[in-house]
Formats: sequence, C-alpha cells, structure tokens
Amino acid sequence: MTLSVEGLTVGSLVRDVSFEIGAGERVGLIGESGSGKSLTALSIMGLLPDELSASGSVSLHGRELLGAPERELARLRGAELSMVFQEPMTALNPAMRVGRQVTEPIRVHGRPRRTAEELLEAVGLPDTARAYPHQLSGGQRQRVVLAMAVVNNPSLLICDEPTTALDVTVQAQILSLIQTSLPAESALLFITHDLAVVASVCERVLVMLDGEVVEAGSTREVLTAPKHAYTRKLLEASDLEARR
Amino acid sequence: MILEARDLERRYARRDVHALRGVSFDVEAGQRFGIVGESGSGKSTLVRLLAALDRPTAGTVAFQGRRIDDLPERKLGFLRSELQIVFQDPMGSLDPRMRVRDIIAEPLGHRDPARVAELLVAVGLPADAAGRYPHQFSGGQRQRISIARALAPKPSVLIADEPVSALDVSVRGQILDLLDDLVSQFSLTLVFVSHDLGVVRHVCDRVAVMRRGEIVELGDVEQVYDAPEHEYTRELLAAAPSLRAALARLSEGGGDA
Repeated sequence: MTLSVEGLTVGSLVRDVSFEIGAGERVGLIGESGSGKSLTALSIMGLLPDELSASGSVSLHGRELLGAPERELARLRGAELSMVFQEPMTALNPAMRVGRQVTEPIRVHGRPRRTAEELLEAVGLPDTARAYPHQLSGGQRQRVVLAMAVVNNPSLLICDEPTTALDVTVQAQILSLIQTSLPAESALLFITHDLAVVASVCERVLVMLDGEVVEAGSTREVLTAPKHAYTRKLLEASDLEARR
Repeated sequence: MILEARDLERRYARRDVHALRGVSFDVEAGQRFGIVGESGSGKSTLVRLLAALDRPTAGTVAFQGRRIDDLPERKLGFLRSELQIVFQDPMGSLDPRMRVRDIIAEPLGHRDPARVAELLVAVGLPADAAGRYPHQFSGGQRQRISIARALAPKPSVLIADEPVSALDVSVRGQILDLLDDLVSQFSLTLVFVSHDLGVVRHVCDRVAVMRRGEIVELGDVEQVYDAPEHEYTRELLAAAPSLRAALARLSEGGGDA
C-alpha cells in the first residue's frame, strides 16, 4: 500500500480517520469547509500548524510519518510526497523567476539535472522560464506548481482544491493536466468540494463530515447510491439542474 | 425598461486596458438577468457602471429612462436606494465593528428596529442576530445579513455579484433559494453576476455571456444553454463540470443505475 492512514486524530478536528491508497489509485476526499479535509492532508505532509498535533498512524510504503523527525520528512517532501495547494500565488515565491523555482525540487533532492524549459514545456508553458509569478495568469501559475509537484515522480500527490480559484475553462485544462502529468504508479489524494470534479478525476471517494469519514467507496457507489444521509444532502445541494 | 446600457466602453488609460468594449443590453422590470463570464471578462466593471460607482469612457447607462452615467454623486441619491448590491465576500463587505442591526439600518440613514426585525425575518435570521457582530456568524449567515442590508431601502433592482461563490455547496443552495424567494416576494429586478454557468441557469431567465469586455451572446436562458450560437458559449458549457453528466457516465460504466 502506498499510503496507509489509521486512526488519524487531530484534536477534535479530525477524529479516527482511516483509509488506504494503493499505487496508481486516484482517491477523492470531499466535504465542506471545516470538515477536516485539509487538516488530514497537512497531517500526511507533516505540515500541521505548531499548535496542532496528530495521533494515530500515517505510513508511506510502510514507513511511519507521524512523529518522524523533520529532517526525514524534508527528504520526502517534494520527492516521495508532494502537494498542490489551492492558491498558486502563495505557493510560489514572488521574488524568484519560475524557471529557477520549477527546478528547485531537483536541486534540493539532488536528482539528475533537467532544464527549466523542458519542465515548463511539459506543462504547456514554453518560454516562461524568465517570468516572475505575478506575470503569469492563475492557471499558468498552477501549471508551474504542478510541474514542481510531479518532477520527482512522487509516490503520493495530494491536491487540495487545486482548481477552486480558477475559471471553468482553465479548470478543465488543469484537471486533464493533473491526470496526464502524474506518473501512472503515483497515488493521488484529491481534495475538493465539487462532486462533478471528483466524479471526473477519482475512482474512489471518501466523504468527511465534522472531522470523520462518514462514507467511503467507489465513486460510482458513493455518488449514485449514497448510503449516508450527509452524502445524499451534498448530492442534492450540488445538483442545481434538479432543483428547477 | 429598468436598465439600459448603450455602447458602454471602459478604458483604463494608465494600464492600457480596454475593460469594456461596446456593451449594450436592456433589463426589463421583473427580469432575472444573468451575466456570466470568466475572470477578466468585464463583469465587475459592468456592475460598477450599472451601479454608477464608476463612469464609462463612452456610452450611456439609464435607470428607469434617466441617464445615470453623467450624474455627480450628490444627484445619485435616488439610485442608491433604488439599486442595491450584494457582493461576493460577505466578510469583506460587512464592517466587523458594527452590530448587525446597525449594518442593516445603515442604508436607511437612521435607526429603525421595526424594519430591521422585519428584514431579519425575511432573510431567515433569528431576531437576536440584531445585537451580534458579523464574525459571530457563518459565511452563509453573513451573506443573509448582506442581503438584508441590500433590501433595507426597498430597492427595485438587486445586483448580486458572485453572491454564492465563496460558499459551500449546501449553503449555496439555501442562499440561491432565498434570493429566488425574495425576488418574487418583493417584485425585484435581479441582475445576477457569476462565473458559474450552472448557478445562472438555476436563477435567471435571461443571460449575457461576456468575454474580453464584450457580450458574445445574449438571450433567454433555455435558448443559450440548449442551443448556444457562439463558439465561446459552447466552449464554456463544455468546460463546466456537470454532475448530471458525470453521474450518467458513472452509472453507464458500471452497468447499473
């Protein structure tokens, strides 16, 4: 199993969350703001704010991450484990040209050299290496972030609402780029509140409510035959076409 | 015709941006008029001109047959009560240091507990909300406060600029239903601006599709959504994630429903 989460608890905000993601699996995590989706992701990455701590177990290829020393986690982040956040402007360094940023994970982890042009070209951004983040559009910035996240072929990629801040046409491009640029054997944990997006990207889905996973199963089962009342409510609220 | 926009242009000379280029349309009284477009399409610039918060570099805006684009602020008093706006981010548009009763009564210019109580009922907030502050409410409740404030001066036109874009889906449905009820109950004309095609379809009966400062398509909602004429409208509709389509695909893929 690429990722195993068992009994993950963060104060009272995330309670006894367990799930597994195998190599190449695309798993969605849905729920509303405050349901604990992002804290679950941050616990896996070892990026919880100082005042919070996680208990339970999070293991990547059998290696325990909770409580692992920062040095060890730093070696994993950007290599084995990577993450794409919602807001690309705050994820990028405003004072560094994107060419230099996009090759940073390679330099930090001492991987074989690849040129910035090559990496940017692969996400559809030729001739942008000398640009600063503010000179790019939101969609272009998210492409840069994605290029950085996949450059070292991570075992696990976490995307936390990667398209929520983007226009619909750009969202469609980024979603297909995530699917094409992620290595086939990488596991994906995709956090979103948009059920239509989860249905198009993920084969399995977890539904969170008030810090707990209340339903889990194949995307088809969960979205077409939801068992939990909350999942039904979410589906009903999302389906505007049915309301008029 | 309650709102008439004619050949509106808005250039920002310093940044050499042509935010609106020749936008014309009419909004009839009682209509639910949607404006959709992506970021940078000119939606927000257009809202500012309709509300006379900014002036066009060319073209005219008329409210109930009276030009408003060339009036000084001191002559716009009538418009400020007749036309009200609900913004996207309720936290950013509510003064954190004012109590809800003062926020809602602000457009009236004087305290009016009876009117505030009436408005709280209309937007589905408890009576004791009046004495509390914005931070004590959830995002959806704050948007209800914004709506109550907008309705306070009994406007005839309500402009809602991305009113549900910052909200969770379940809350989004409630706020859309509330707007729908209030528009009928108070016979309002609604101008509804959104990047979300699904939301506009749900709420509006007419829709204008904007791209790069122009209206590329304008028509009845059914016609524009079911038989879009412009290439860009088709592109937008195709890009919008549809839960219905996704569920249909899932059911087919599995062979059961």
